[in-house]
Amino acid sequence: MFYIYCPYCGEHREEEEFHPKGQAHIERPKEPEACSDEEWGDYLFFRDNPRGVHHEMWVHAVGCRKFFNVTRHTVSYEILETYKMGEQPSITADSQSQAREGAAVSQQEGVRA
Amino acid sequence: MSNAATFDTRTDTAIPVESPLAYSYRRSGAPRGSGYRLKLRERAMQGHLILRGGAIVLDEAVREVLGISLPGKPQALVLDASGERSIQWLSPDEWLVIVPGGEEFPLETQLRERLGDAHFAISDVSGGQTVLELSGEAARELLMKTVIYDVHPSNFPVGKGVTTVFAKATTILRRPSEERWELVVRRSFADYCYRWLLDAGSEYGVNVEQ
Amino acid sequence: MSQSKQQVYRLNTGGRIDRSRTLSFTFNGQRYQGHPGDTLASALLANGVDIVNRSFKYSRPRGIVAAGAEEPNAIVQLGSSEAAQVPNVRATQQALYDGLAASSTNGWPNVQRDLMGLFGKLGGQFMPPGFYYKTFMAPASMWLTYEKYIRKAAGLGRSPMEADPDSYDHFNQHCDVLVVGAGAAGLAAALAAARSGARVIVADEQEEMGGSLLASRETLEGKPADQWVARVLDELASCENVTLLPRTTANGYHDHNFVTLHERRTEHLSDTAPVENGHRQVRARLHRVRAGQVILCTGAHERPLVYAGNDVPGNLLAGAVSTYIRRYGVAPGRKLVLSTSNDYGYRAALDWKESGCEVVAIVDAREAPKGDWVDAARAQGIKIITGSAVIEAKGSNRVTAARVAKIDIEAFKVSGPVQELACDTIASSGGYSPVIHLASHTGARPNWRDDIIGFVPGLVKGVQACGGANGCYALGDVLAEGVEAGIKAAAAMGHAVQTVTLPSAERLQQGPAVALFQVPHEKPTLRGPKQFVDLQNDVTAAGIELATREGFESIEHIKRYTAMGFGTDQGKLGNINGMAIAARCLGRSIPEVGTTVFRPNYTPVTFGAIVGRHCRDLFDPERYTALHQWHVERGAEFEDVGQWKRPWYYPEKVNGKTETMHEAVARECLAVREKVGILDASTLGKIDIQGPDAREFLGRVYTNKWEKLAVGKCRYGLMCKDDGMVTDDGVTSCLAENHFLMTTTTGGAAAILEWLELWHQTEWPELDVYFSSVTDHWATMTITGPEARKLLAEISDIDLDRDSFKFMDWRSGKVAGVPARVFRISFTGELTFEINVQANYAMHVWQTLFKHGEKYGLTPYGTETMHVLRAEKGFIIVGQETDGSVTPEDLGMQWCVGYDKPYSWIGKRALTRSDTKRENRKQLVGLRPKDPKVILEEGAQIVLDPKHAIPMPMVGHVTSSYYSPILDSGFALAVVKGGHQKLGETVYLPMADGQTHEAEIVSTIFYDPKGERQHV
Repeated sequence: MFYIYCPYCGEHREEEEFHPKGQAHIERPKEPEACSDEEWGDYLFFRDNPRGVHHEMWVHAVGCRKFFNVTRHTVSYEILETYKMGEQPSITADSQSQAREGAAVSQQEGVRA
Repeated sequence: MSNAATFDTRTDTAIPVESPLAYSYRRSGAPRGSGYRLKLRERAMQGHLILRGGAIVLDEAVREVLGISLPGKPQALVLDASGERSIQWLSPDEWLVIVPGGEEFPLETQLRERLGDAHFAISDVSGGQTVLELSGEAARELLMKTVIYDVHPSNFPVGKGVTTVFAKATTILRRPSEERWELVVRRSFADYCYRWLLDAGSEYGVNVEQ
Repeated sequence: MSQSKQQVYRLNTGGRIDRSRTLSFTFNGQRYQGHPGDTLASALLANGVDIVNRSFKYSRPRGIVAAGAEEPNAIVQLGSSEAAQVPNVRATQQALYDGLAASSTNGWPNVQRDLMGLFGKLGGQFMPPGFYYKTFMAPASMWLTYEKYIRKAAGLGRSPMEADPDSYDHFNQHCDVLVVGAGAAGLAAALAAARSGARVIVADEQEEMGGSLLASRETLEGKPADQWVARVLDELASCENVTLLPRTTANGYHDHNFVTLHERRTEHLSDTAPVENGHRQVRARLHRVRAGQVILCTGAHERPLVYAGNDVPGNLLAGAVSTYIRRYGVAPGRKLVLSTSNDYGYRAALDWKESGCEVVAIVDAREAPKGDWVDAARAQGIKIITGSAVIEAKGSNRVTAARVAKIDIEAFKVSGPVQELACDTIASSGGYSPVIHLASHTGARPNWRDDIIGFVPGLVKGVQACGGANGCYALGDVLAEGVEAGIKAAAAMGHAVQTVTLPSAERLQQGPAVALFQVPHEKPTLRGPKQFVDLQNDVTAAGIELATREGFESIEHIKRYTAMGFGTDQGKLGNINGMAIAARCLGRSIPEVGTTVFRPNYTPVTFGAIVGRHCRDLFDPERYTALHQWHVERGAEFEDVGQWKRPWYYPEKVNGKTETMHEAVARECLAVREKVGILDASTLGKIDIQGPDAREFLGRVYTNKWEKLAVGKCRYGLMCKDDGMVTDDGVTSCLAENHFLMTTTTGGAAAILEWLELWHQTEWPELDVYFSSVTDHWATMTITGPEARKLLAEISDIDLDRDSFKFMDWRSGKVAGVPARVFRISFTGELTFEINVQANYAMHVWQTLFKHGEKYGLTPYGTETMHVLRAEKGFIIVGQETDGSVTPEDLGMQWCVGYDKPYSWIGKRALTRSDTKRENRKQLVGLRPKDPKVILEEGAQIVLDPKHAIPMPMVGHVTSSYYSPILDSGFALAVVKGGHQKLGETVYLPMADGQTHEAEIVSTIFYDPKGERQHV
């Protein structure tokens, strides 16, 4: 159960108040009719599934009803930052690649008992 | 004017009204008695308005018309001197105004006049929600069973209000004074919320004031 | 029931029990006595009950081994009545109360003389790991037969067959510091954190807080350690910022320091919760704790040594022996042999001796043990046999002797002659395993430490482990670690550090331990007598060796093959020994073999505590409209639509008989078509949309056009997702130039509001528009049918003339004296007015309609009739005709698509993708069964050639199907590949019962095809 800092409410709130909305920063093409079927298909259906730092969109559904972005580590589930709609992340896979290497490795996956 | 339709949904004529809990009282009763540690009361038939817009746009108009300033900080709740009128922050561009029943339409009209062509919205939701007032020594424990938000006084002082999860429904929880908590619940969920509070409060004893 | 027996193993003095009071309880029908302060386990031991269960697989007699959560054998069924039954309770964790009734979980039909015992003895050697898979799985059809008996014989406890009279709770807790475990480390940590002013929760699974200090022979400040415990607890209890939760087990450690605690509030008092001041108390509570910092002070479990016959009753953990003597005043035998690999084990012998019983010998695996406790034992004149171990316990229902020999640990062999020592109790200690379960729930892998011969927890952010849980065992060090952790945790939460003076602990000299897990026997493991690793699951050293021989190398596979660490045990006693044996067999080190990862829950949790109050009529919210009571009183049957309770139909009594649904729906349908009906439509989602860009926004989210909709007009709209698939529909009305009221489907209300916000907040923030839900504010009453106008005219001041208030107009005025907005829209095809009033007035308006409606035959109708009537008109229901793969064109709703709108609205681009342009897409059509009496089955598959060999190519399926009273015929809507080009063709619907129905593809509009009736 995540504990998520809502950048609009200025507080950490329980995951039950939020809905996840998939990968962040997916922009609708400005001129859909100018897109090829492939480009439109990419926009509609194709998403990243990285092991490590990932940017997701969430909405504070039972709260301020605002959408915002979450930078989350998909192995440790640690939330590295949250930021408002329209802003850019300060932590990315690139910025974390050296700093976080060690931490991620110690979190080996394993079959659970 | 904002070129929106206004509509006074109330009538002065003596027409019977039913609060959202009317059915619940008939179905589940309203326990009374001694040895209780919780008090529950519905503050029915108040005027509820949802105010949308930028804080800067709305602030002056609200202060002029309502006499209280618009809370700009998240989770803030302000009341007028009488305690009968309140404005609560719901989101960066959304506030809940609760006033004595019948005041909401004149208030909306005055705000619209005052705000003129600015971009804002006012929606009357008076029929759609009700306020359950909770007090008594076990009130905080009952809330801990009910809402996921931290209701410890260090995190939830007087003058705070949040939208959060109520059991499997939602609520707006507010703390207008030291002793009182208010739960703003949607009409259609009110019976569920009422039955939940009676059940969760049963170990302390609940007294319902009608 | 027979006479009570004496507590023959009860010591005359000592322990934290109240000898002045006697409690009576039963075990397997036999009456016994104990004292307040006892656990069920200590009371059973006091009464000399050796056998508490039969083992899971081999049905061997088993006795009590441990004194805490790690107890593998004494798993009992509790409850004096059927309703109060609780399975799988560990007797070591159950406080004794007067009237307690318990029985063995395993051992059908009788724990003393077990039918399976014979099978166990005979079958034992024939039941290696995988026995059930290998023996009973073929033929597969017989497994169901075997399973019943195997499961019954195995016995896993049983659930009650009557409703539980108790209530359970969830508590949402928030704190700065959560301390798990209130032993020496936990109390020190809690004290430090509490003094900083931080909000602290201390949870401890035992009846009393204090952990091992309650039974310790060590002193603090020269006084018994429990005096310090009492002082610390007094201080903590007096702190407003501290919550003490005894009888509370931390069972799950989830993301971001979310920990679930299971508090047993009344289970130590009686088997149903007591009543206080007339209010029944809550039996158990699940605390859902969000902690800033977590300090794990969960201690360590002693590891038993693995020797032959180590499961015979009378084999105990050394620490458990001490606990029973010092805490409960019970010596669980008369003559003790202790087998140890370390100094800690010596305490059991010292306590045993001091209690006045005989210590036959201490058998120490080390050649030259030395240390303060070793010296103390020598001083007491206890015989110490060095370089040796108990290699086998003799006895069947109770230990009768220990076979002791010199062993060579390196070579894994017995290296000297065997001597047999008569005794009734064997205590063993193989050292300690830190309790790392909670930490491993987070996904962090534990780390092996050679110096302590054990795993210490891997830690995620915001958690510390200290004391035994961290592999730190010397009391002084444990206290220091605790205080340090408490200060650190409080500081991390912004609370100023306070000094805590530690009580002085004895500094004991200790010799190093030796790593001993499985004890060698004269015979090889596979041929020797059974050496148990996991007592609860009957896993033996031979089983693990066999698994490795059969090619299982990963500890995860070995675990699954042998069942080691399964069930309620979760590897508390056996896992490290099992890994050590696997490591030995595979020629690897323990950390190379790895460790299994433990899952929640640490100990079993009752369903009651998991469910809390979310049961019975509070299982899920039931949403009611303002008219609900009327529907109930009218005898409506209800249908669940999302969380709403909607009237489904209103059965009437005709000639003393209640109508069937079919009869009621037929009557309701005809009333609407011929007179007038009324529907409570309040559940429709309603969204108030305001702002200068509201119209532009609607044009982008709906498929059709909105730029010309005038004030006072309504329009049906269809919504797609950007993949071009229909997601919702509804009527939106223009209230003012910048103001619209949108309606959504009942089920889609919340999702559509979120959908609008999503697009506004992420893609089009430049549009000036706001959305607010007004669903609950308005009650909506739909009157529909030829007489609707006459009825409404009687109680409304609105001009209802057909030329001034046209179809798809809305007007405001008064209805029954109440301000109302009335919308002339239709979902039935008949003349319809949807009356919207503020919900608090709804009952009055509804009742007034009925007062005036009787002469017109006003008939209430429910959702079933609504469905029939709309289907007769070919109106879709999103989610019934559509399933997320249907475009507006598939529905034949091109008339509702604004292909030439300037903005590329949501879904438009996708409609020109090759897949959405395909000609053989499933398209919505009507189906008329050739036999009008046939009502096709919804979901039935459609084929073109019923004679085709199975599998037949399927071309579509029925989406809606009903009997139409007005047509006196069955009819259906369906999606069929290329259906729009197939009008007039015959299709077939082969059913499971062998019948094949024939139907003709027709228009989706079955009634009033020109749509004249709604315009009258």
